[in-house]
This record gives sequence, structure tokens and C-alpha cells, in this order.
Amino acid sequence: MTLYATSEIRVQDNPVRGITALPLHHQGSLGSHTSHWPEWFRRDQQKAWDLYESLPMPKRNDEPWRFANLKALDLSEFQPAPPVKDKAFLIARSKGLTDLAAKMIFANDEVIHRDVTALPAGVLLLPFEQAASEHEDLFRKHFMTSDVRLGSKKFAALHRARLQSGAFVHVPKGVVIESPIEIWHWVEGVNATILPHTLIVLGEGASATVIDRFVSSRDERSLALAVNDLTLGQGARLSYIGVQEWNDQTTAFHINTTEVEKEGVSTALQMNLGGAYIRGESDSHLLGEGSRSVMLSINPATGNREIDQRTFQDHFAPRATSDLLYHNALADSSRTIFAGLIKVEEHAHETDAYQKVRNLMLSDEAEANSMPGLEILADNVRCTHGATSGELNEDELFYMMARGIAPQQAAQLIVRGFFGTVLERLDNDFLKEHLGELLDRKLNL
Amino acid sequence: MSTETKPDIDIDRSVGDFRYEMDYAYDAGVGLSEATIDYISDVKNDPDWVRAFRKEGYRKFLEKPMPTHWATKDLESIVFENIRYYLSQGQVPKRTWDEVPDDIKRTFERLGIPEQERKFLSGVEAQFDSEAAYSNIKAAVGEQGVIFVGSSEGLKEHPEIFKKWFGKVIPSGDNKFSALNSAVFSGGSFIYVPPGVKVKHPLQAYFRINAQNFGQFERTLIIVDEGAELTYMEGCTAPKFETATLHSAVVELVAMKGAKIQYITVQNWSSNVFNLVTKRGIAHEDAEVKWIDCNIGSRLTMKYPGVVMKGKGARGEVVSIALSGDGQHQDTGAKMIHAADNTTSNIISKSISLGTGRSTYRGMVHVPKHLKGCKNNTECDALLINSHSRTDTYPAISVRGQGNAVQHEASVSQISSEQIFYMQQRGLSEAAAMSLAVNGFVNDLVQQFPMEYSVELKRLIDLEMEGSVG
Repeated sequence: MTLYATSEIRVQDNPVRGITALPLHHQGSLGSHTSHWPEWFRRDQQKAWDLYESLPMPKRNDEPWRFANLKALDLSEFQPAPPVKDKAFLIARSKGLTDLAAKMIFANDEVIHRDVTALPAGVLLLPFEQAASEHEDLFRKHFMTSDVRLGSKKFAALHRARLQSGAFVHVPKGVVIESPIEIWHWVEGVNATILPHTLIVLGEGASATVIDRFVSSRDERSLALAVNDLTLGQGARLSYIGVQEWNDQTTAFHINTTEVEKEGVSTALQMNLGGAYIRGESDSHLLGEGSRSVMLSINPATGNREIDQRTFQDHFAPRATSDLLYHNALADSSRTIFAGLIKVEEHAHETDAYQKVRNLMLSDEAEANSMPGLEILADNVRCTHGATSGELNEDELFYMMARGIAPQQAAQLIVRGFFGTVLERLDNDFLKEHLGELLDRKLNL
Repeated sequence: MSTETKPDIDIDRSVGDFRYEMDYAYDAGVGLSEATIDYISDVKNDPDWVRAFRKEGYRKFLEKPMPTHWATKDLESIVFENIRYYLSQGQVPKRTWDEVPDDIKRTFERLGIPEQERKFLSGVEAQFDSEAAYSNIKAAVGEQGVIFVGSSEGLKEHPEIFKKWFGKVIPSGDNKFSALNSAVFSGGSFIYVPPGVKVKHPLQAYFRINAQNFGQFERTLIIVDEGAELTYMEGCTAPKFETATLHSAVVELVAMKGAKIQYITVQNWSSNVFNLVTKRGIAHEDAEVKWIDCNIGSRLTMKYPGVVMKGKGARGEVVSIALSGDGQHQDTGAKMIHAADNTTSNIISKSISLGTGRSTYRGMVHVPKHLKGCKNNTECDALLINSHSRTDTYPAISVRGQGNAVQHEASVSQISSEQIFYMQQRGLSEAAAMSLAVNGFVNDLVQQFPMEYSVELKRLIDLEMEGSVG
């Protein structure tokens, strides 16, 4: 309790209001779990808070923030999220896939629903506070152990310092889960802040599909500082889908780290269907020989939305492959930034890395910035990247209009097809269909 | 073919590695201060506005930080206090080689400049440390109204054209090194081609650094008037010293309506030279600016030739070849700023990294709001020869609005062992096969150089293979 008290004093001394004044545990939101956080976790949070305070805010000349709108980083108006009152309503609204292995629902970082009855024996889907107490070694081994390298170190530190809960998924060696695990993260309240976290650990040869759903309860301004860490043991296979449907007033950070051991295969898709300002960072570590990381993203940008994505395909081991495909369709006054780096470390010979970003410009007010980068320190590699920006294909539009499809709808169909090529990269048909429906709804098709 | 058995590769850079002892009549001493700038202005008898321009440049140089937040930390190895900013014999450029003092002339003769001039050039300027020793244009070209003089002469004799564009394409505060150049510039060319004049043979400048711890800061301004055409070539060498030498030029090109400028550089500085150069051209309506840039020498080169396409239908092109050997870093690229409708830009970059060499491509393509019909194509290919070689690609592409097409592609590869095997089967040594493969990689770009240069280039890139083949 001394640490808690110290923190309180610090907060009072701190002239900055808002999210930075968030207490370590806001009163009562997590019920009995709050008191169950182990001592080491609280010490870590204090350290993370010190780190957050010591790190400078991003500046205009910082390379990881090039082209970024730094005004969006002013978080001073955001407040701790109060506990959600009508939990049953949010549970009822959490309609995703029907055939699931497990489901967990968070509302303002509090677990309001957890159904794990269909999970195979030995598989864990636990709230963080429980995982930290009951599986301390396992949890500590994988919880935020990677350096945040793509710019948001300060915000990741804030996330860690003010973390309330999270979803811990552990699939032990050799266990294959056929149906997906779905995890919902709701935010509710004016200027409310949530800190969603999903930590997935797959043992050797394990296999799973996990879907994170990020949703706003109402049409209010809010902040989400989300982190997800994916760890794949030797030969493990993971499909991870992040479906982001924040409302148009939300500022959100989605910070990802993926680590793949020998022969492991990670496929991660980020679908950004909402938000006002989205900063996404995806950092893939190809650690083991023959490992593979597929990084996908679908970004329909409308209104004044800014989607700022930074990616890293870091090859540490020989014969690993990475494959990135990001599709942005920019309407209205939207803005996208893509900065991706393929790095082939020394000795990572016979690397095969690919990176492609395509911008489809749908408006004269839209702006697409692309910075596809390569750093190659080994030889015998095959690395390619490409970035294109273009407009709707006139011939395709004409073809559809000649068949009686209204111009607006024809354009949306082309956009849908443009995103469809990314969805096609997934191998689960049910998942593809479900995500396709979400896209159709977004595009009014 | 395993990494260990690959042969070491060396490039013949000996051609410029010689030096003669010189007595300099004018020496601004070591280090940089206001007094240094006044000294240079006094020696050069600068008009007041030039002195003021230098002082302003110096102020900006001090203000600007080193760009190490994105560029290599090796820049910090430059010790500005140890550099000599002005050295000359007080020479006025001579119009015939006979008038050039023997001690300077022998350098250029050894480099073959007078011979090349006779053979295929319209005019030559030869700069030795801070000042041009020789500057001449063939009578027939001069009679067409083409002006080809040193920058000092240009600003004094042709102020009406010079002042209009000087520092306008590249403001002195563009970056730390353009500011430094603005403070201490000396030498370089001033060229004006009148409307409709198509200069048949290239004009050439040759830059020679002879002194140790020296900084060469030439300043070139080329204006090609409506419908006129010009090809300009520059070459450079320096002897290899133990200490760092700095070369920091500023080159501004202005292509008026319908004009064409082709600017060719073959950079072969010795491996102690920091080569930090700012080059940019403005292309007006239907004009074309093309940079052909070949970087073989220097310790560190940072150079991103740019084209601002200001008029409708303007075209910009950068063709870049970089070769980085042991201890070298070629950080090169291109900047394409589209500022009018229907402008087209093309960037083709090929780099080869061998030994511990590092090649970096840095690019910028900018298509602002409400433009239509702009096109950019960028292709970057990198070849890695050894396991300690390194290559990086850092493009930045901004597109606003629809109706434009921009595409960027980059690839990194190595010489395939199948290729080498195939050639060895036909009786070539591994070294010869390797050399042939490297030449094949850049051949389509080398073809774009004028004949005399492409021969020279092939010779430079003709790799000497050593070491055993396993």
C-alpha cells in the first residue's frame, strides 16, 4: 500500500490533469479482482509510471512520428473510465461469430462476461489479475517484455502503469483449438480512457485463432491505449484479427508485438473501420529459422480520420519469411500514413521478405503518405517492397455503370473488391465471411 | 557458393590519388568564423550583397543542428574547426591551358582534362581547391550567346540574371550544409543558355581537391532559357589523405519553358572525403530536368538531387548509380516535388554494396492537393555482394487527392549462384563472371551516360577480383 500512497502524492504534485492523473486503480471498477494484483505487478506499474513521466512527448522531427499529426497526442482531456452500469446491454450487443471456442467481454476494462466452457483442457483464457496471481511465472515471462520500438514507448509505458485488466490466452504445447476465441473491448463515457490488452502465448505446435473486437458503446469522445502481444512457440500457428470499430470521435493506439519461433506461422490482420485518430504499431520479430509472419491491414478511411501505421518486419533468423499487405481506401478528408521497415539482421541469410502498401484515392481532399523502408545487413536475401497510390479504375466503373449499377455503389463495390484481396489471405472461410459482412456493413453494401 | 568463399572485390580508385606540393597565396587558415568569411569576401572582392548573403548563411549554419536524427552518426566525425575553408593562388581563370600555371596544369593534364576538351566538349572549367584555374568555352558556342564562367565572375559580370535565381532554387537555410556553402562558397560554374539555343556538345566542370584538411564549396547556377538545351557534366577527384576532407556544393538549375537540362555527375572522390551536396532544379512549363548521378568515391556521400516541377507538363528524372566499397556509405536518392498538373517524374536507382560498404536510397515524392494527371515512377534495386555489405531504402511518398498515379518499387538481391555457375561452365573465372554480372546489373543505366563517360564508368566498375575461390 505504500506504493499506492506514493503514487497518490505524485499525482497531486503533477499539474497535468486528465489521463496522466489516472490513479493506479480506480475505485471499485474491478470489484474483488482489484485487490488481487500481486505486489510485483504494482511495483512494475510504478516503474512504468516513472518511465512514462521521464520520456519526452513525440516531437515534429522524430523520425517515427514523421507526417504524424502531433496535436492528436494531447491526452490531457481524457479521464479514467467509470464502471459501466448496464452490463447486460453490452453483453447482448457483443454479437460476433456464432461458433466460438471461448468468449470474453470487457467493458471499461472490467470483465463483464467470460465463457470458456468449450475450451480444450489446459487452455487458459483468464483476466490478467488472475493470470498474474495464479500463473505468475508464465505471465511474467511474456507480459510486455519487448521493447516498444516504433515510436509509442511513452504511451506503452502509460498503458502499463494504468493497466486495469486484460485477456491472457495460453495454449499449451500441441493443443489445437479449431474454433476462434473472441474478446470484446467496450468503451463507454465522455472522455473515458480504456487500456485493453490481449496477451497470447502459444506453446510448441499449438494452434489458435483469436479475434479482438474494439467497440464504442455510445457516440462519445474517448481514448483507447491498446496493446496486444503475440508469442508463438516452435511450429505454432496463430491467426489474430483485430477488428477496430471505435466511433468517429475516438483516439486509439494499437501497439502490437509478435514473436515467432522456429517454423511458427503468425497471420495478423488489423481492420480499422472506425476512429478519429488511429496510431497502429506492429512489430514482428522473426526469431526462429523458417518462421513466418503475415501482416495484413484493411483501412477504409472516411471523414477526417487519420490512420497512422508503423510496421517492422525484423528478421533475426535464416530462412524466415514475412509478408505484409496493407490496403488503404481514402475518402473525404481522411489521411493515412504508412511507415514500414523490413530489416534483415546479420546472419539472417536466405530471408524472403515482402511488403506492399496500396492507397486507393477516392477524394481530392484525402492524403496518403507512404514510407516503405528496407535495411539489409545480410546477403542471399530476397526483399521487395512496393507502394502505389492511384484512383478508381475508370474501365471497371464504366463496366458496372453500363450494367445499371449506380456510380456511388459501383465505387463501393470496387473498394470492397480492393479489400477482398487482403481478406483472401486468411484461410478460415467462416472468418472470411464474417469479416466480409462487417466490411459490407461499413461500406453500405 | 558460400559466403566465406566469395572473393574480395576492390575497385581501382588510384586514378586521382596523387598530389603535388603547392604554395597558396591566399589561405583563410583553419576553422570558421565571421573573420574567415570576411577574409574570403575581401580576397574575392565580393559586392556588399554577397558579403551579406554569406553572413546570413553562416548564421543559419550555426543555427541548424546536424541532421543525425535521420542521417548517419558518421556526420559527427566532421570537425568544422579543423577545416581550411579557402585556399587559392589568387588565380583568375585562364582561357588557354598555356596560361595556367605549370604546377596546376600538370594535375589536370594527368587527369586527361585538356585531352577530353579537345575531343568532345563545348567548354571546360577546371577548379583547383577554391578557385577555377581554367575556364573556356569554344568560340562557336560563345557566339550563340551562351555564358559559361565561374560563379564569382557570373555574379559580377551578369548580376541581372545571376541575382534573379541565385539562392532561389535552394535557399541558404535549406539544410545545414547548404547554409555552410552559402557562407563560404567559392568556384563552381555560372551558365546561361539563351532562348532556343541547343548546345550540341556537353559543357564540363572538373573539381580537384589538392590540399589536406580542405573544404571545397563550389556553387553552380545554370539557367537554360525557353526552348534551349544543355548537357553539363562534372567530375571530381582528390588524393587520399589520412584526415577528413569536406566537399559541400550547392547546384541550382533553372529550366525555363520548354527547356531541357541534363546534369551528369561522376563522383570519384577519395575515401576520406565527406561529400554533402545539395542539388535541385526548377522545371517550368514543359521543361525537363534530368540528373544522372553516379557515386563511386567518397567516405560518405549524402546527395538527393531534386526537381521542382513548377509548370504544367514539366518532367523530372533522376538516374542514380551508387557503388559502395569497404568503409564507404553512399546515401543517395532523389526528391520529386510536383507543383503543377500533368507533371511526370521518374526515379531509377541502382546500388551495389560490397565488402563493408553501405548503400542507402532516400527518396521523397510529393504530390500536393488539387493537382491532376501527375505521375511518378520509382524503382530502386540494390545488389549485395558480401555478407558484411549493407543496403537501406527509405522512401517517403505523399499523395493528396485523386487523379494521380504514383508507384514505388524496390528490391534487394544478390548475384545468383546459377548465373555465376553458368558463366563458369563456359570458361569464365569466378572473378570475371562476378564482374560481368555486376556490369550487367547497371548496364541499362550506364547506357544513359554519354559514350565517353560510359566507357570511363565501365572501367571504374570493372572490378578487380582477388582472393581464392572455393
